[in-house]
Amino acid sequence: MNLKHNLIAILITSVASLAVAQVTISEPWVRATVPQQKATGAFMQLKADQSMRLVAGKSPVAGVVEIHEMAMDNGVMKMRQIPGIEIPAGQTLALKPGSYHVMLLDLKQQVKDGDTVPITLEFVGLDNKKHTMEIKAPARPLNASVAPPDAHKH
Amino acid sequence: MRFFPQSRWRALSLLILCCSVSLLAGCDRSSEALARFHSIDITGAPYGHDFRLRAPDGSERTVADFRGKAVLVFFGFTQCPDVCPTALTRAADVKRLLGKQGERFLAVFITVDPERDTPAILREYTQAFDPSFIGLSGDLAQTQKTASDFRVHYAKVPTGSSYTMDHTATSYVFDPTGTLRLAVSHTTTANDLAADISALLKDAAASP
Repeated sequence: MNLKHNLIAILITSVASLAVAQVTISEPWVRATVPQQKATGAFMQLKADQSMRLVAGKSPVAGVVEIHEMAMDNGVMKMRQIPGIEIPAGQTLALKPGSYHVMLLDLKQQVKDGDTVPITLEFVGLDNKKHTMEIKAPARPLNASVAPPDAHKH
Repeated sequence: MRFFPQSRWRALSLLILCCSVSLLAGCDRSSEALARFHSIDITGAPYGHDFRLRAPDGSERTVADFRGKAVLVFFGFTQCPDVCPTALTRAADVKRLLGKQGERFLAVFITVDPERDTPAILREYTQAFDPSFIGLSGDLAQTQKTASDFRVHYAKVPTGSSYTMDHTATSYVFDPTGTLRLAVSHTTTANDLAADISALLKDAAASP
């Protein structure tokens, strides 16, 4: 009886894990840099069927990748590293100028307009398991006017 | 109560109101001037009169060097992935929106992070937005003095593996006579800002 229950539990957990690892990343982009510029930001839209947390990232172009939040405090811009961002189940979370971004630090090379930047993102689901997803984010010019794609949603 | 009957209170309130409106509008401006700009009219402000910083070519620049043009001044740093590129992109958009008038407009980017923003990096950075834009820097003391002169707050803040700079995201605009005129919020659109700059340029063209 115990064995049967254990087997069922293992089966359910395995199936649940497969179902949870569903994060949709859309419209990723990285802001291009000038030579010798050491840091830039990556932006994107994140959506997950179940509650997920973006906790880390890696990229071959950057020595360090961090999750950052930008906030305006009485007209003063403040940017801070945060340990993670919650993606509420079923909702789209936008990493965009004025809000969150993935910060690519200690850049090993210039990010040129038109380049494709690979970034591996780490998520943690409700099961506390780590899930990774790789994206290829196109670089947009430094002076790209950002038209928020989901402006009408909020 | 006896000394100040209701009519006197009314008169006094009206007087105070008129004084406030006049103060807001400036001594010899009509009340129409209040609605002229989308940005905040800070003409006559007791700060932000000048700067004295180094351009990437090594030359020293002050506000007087830009006479004849409308100048947008923004304090930022190049490692800023969000606010700074957005502000400079908006300035580039403004220049484009102004058409021919745009030849008399440029942005000056003053770095609050001279330790990382070398003249070479600044040159590349501002050029990426528009060839007419220029980045200025000073040593740590000059940076502090300039920011203070413009009532700009900035601070070096460790974050993760490195550091970031908190900084006031307001842009300032000088008119072609070298007078500080506008404080521009970070959320002001390019269209509104272009209208403001156009008005300043027209004023300058009109006066001999």
